[in-house]
Amino acid sequence: MKQKVTLTGNEAVALAMKQLNPDVVAAYPITPATEIVQIFSTYVNDGLVDTEFVTVESEHSAMSATVAAASAGARAMTATSANGLALMWEIVYIAASNRLPIVMPLVNRALSGPINIHCDHSDAMGVRDSGWIQLWSENSQEAYDNTIQALRIAEHPKIQLPVMVCMDGFIISHAMENLEILPDQVVRDFIGSYTPQKTLFDLENPVTAGPLALTDSYFEFKRSQAEAMLQAKPHILEVAQDFAGVTGHEYGLFESYKLDDAEVGIVVLGSTAGTAKVVVDKLRAQGVKAGLLKPRVYRPFPAQELVQALGHLEALAVMDRADSFNAFAGPVFTDVAAAMYGNDVQTKIINYIYGLGGRDVGLEDIEKVYKHLTRIADTGEVDERLNYLGVRE
Amino acid sequence: MTTKSWRETVPGGWITEAGNALEYKTGDWRSEKPVFIPENCINCLFCWVFCPDDAILVEDGKMKGINYDYCKGCGICARECPTKKKALVMEDE
Repeated sequence: MKQKVTLTGNEAVALAMKQLNPDVVAAYPITPATEIVQIFSTYVNDGLVDTEFVTVESEHSAMSATVAAASAGARAMTATSANGLALMWEIVYIAASNRLPIVMPLVNRALSGPINIHCDHSDAMGVRDSGWIQLWSENSQEAYDNTIQALRIAEHPKIQLPVMVCMDGFIISHAMENLEILPDQVVRDFIGSYTPQKTLFDLENPVTAGPLALTDSYFEFKRSQAEAMLQAKPHILEVAQDFAGVTGHEYGLFESYKLDDAEVGIVVLGSTAGTAKVVVDKLRAQGVKAGLLKPRVYRPFPAQELVQALGHLEALAVMDRADSFNAFAGPVFTDVAAAMYGNDVQTKIINYIYGLGGRDVGLEDIEKVYKHLTRIADTGEVDERLNYLGVRE
Repeated sequence: MTTKSWRETVPGGWITEAGNALEYKTGDWRSEKPVFIPENCINCLFCWVFCPDDAILVEDGKMKGINYDYCKGCGICARECPTKKKALVMEDE
């Protein structure tokens, strides 16, 4: 049933979108996400999908049109990167606040300035508190699989939140990789048909979307929105279980790699996790008890589960492909450290900011991090909490 | 003023019941108010047509006054009133 193909990340995600066959795609091109909607537009042109494709004048309009389509009860998608996402920002929050099950691939790229088109996570980290679910991908396979699962997660009756599918710009989006794809019909059976809970087109039950809510009700709506995120985890895992039933591909809230008996470990998102696994294997062969944790679901943040998986480590490095410029630490570090602290864990935790603007991260770089961790584990002392990896000193 | 718990809110703030603007009295936004002078009124109902809310009271095709629960004091009625001696004039609250 499954077919092995060689595709770039963008091609794989465009194919997933074709198989999801959304009612509406509104998009504006931006490197490195452009190809996704460009390839998808050829599917529209060739009559391979039933999608209304809206070419808009900006990303602000792309997200606005997507929100409008979703409010009307359509399956609606868009895709973007970096500055495009930044221009959408106002409406990104509205998509989540209005509880619209939109799916958006985000091809991670550095925010300006200086202007740069290459990979880092500053775009996704900027909207980490916008109320979207964030799924992260290590490679094309995961980007493809996450995109398909994202629709089911977004439309889950207990969730009803938009989902962002993150993949590293160029490193995944433009690199050819082997992956397994599903037949169209299998994907369509997996997602099923969509009956929106509310739609502007239901003339028998007229509704207003996106109204004003002032001091006497705004807070209650936000609390209700927070609850959807608080309750989302088990439903995300239900979808993953169904997906594994169809594909054999197992997904959780995160992936643990040789972590159970590890003494030193790192937390890292996206493609760098692949690089780090090679380093873990090498260190293991040398007798170093190294492990790795790769978050897949970053929002909702799986705090309790992360503490369970990491709390036994002697030393942990949390890697951030974005800087918070807060004179403290990066965003993933801040989240992980807060979760660990609240649970009375003794693990020494440090932060590495790495790979900004597409700066390459090699095996030797990751090895340096593990060496640093081993030193901390040996001495029991954290010398530097905030570290920069691969920058010229 | 609603007293609903967050658990009773409609997810996403969607409004699923029609006509509930009636429950929200916007008159306290007003800093100026229109005052109706019946002897100058010719019942053209321009005020009723132009009022962006539902604040002009009409009975049997005749202008009867202002509903101050909803009138926000925008002054459009007074501006559009066509008579030489205005039947609607704005005053400070």
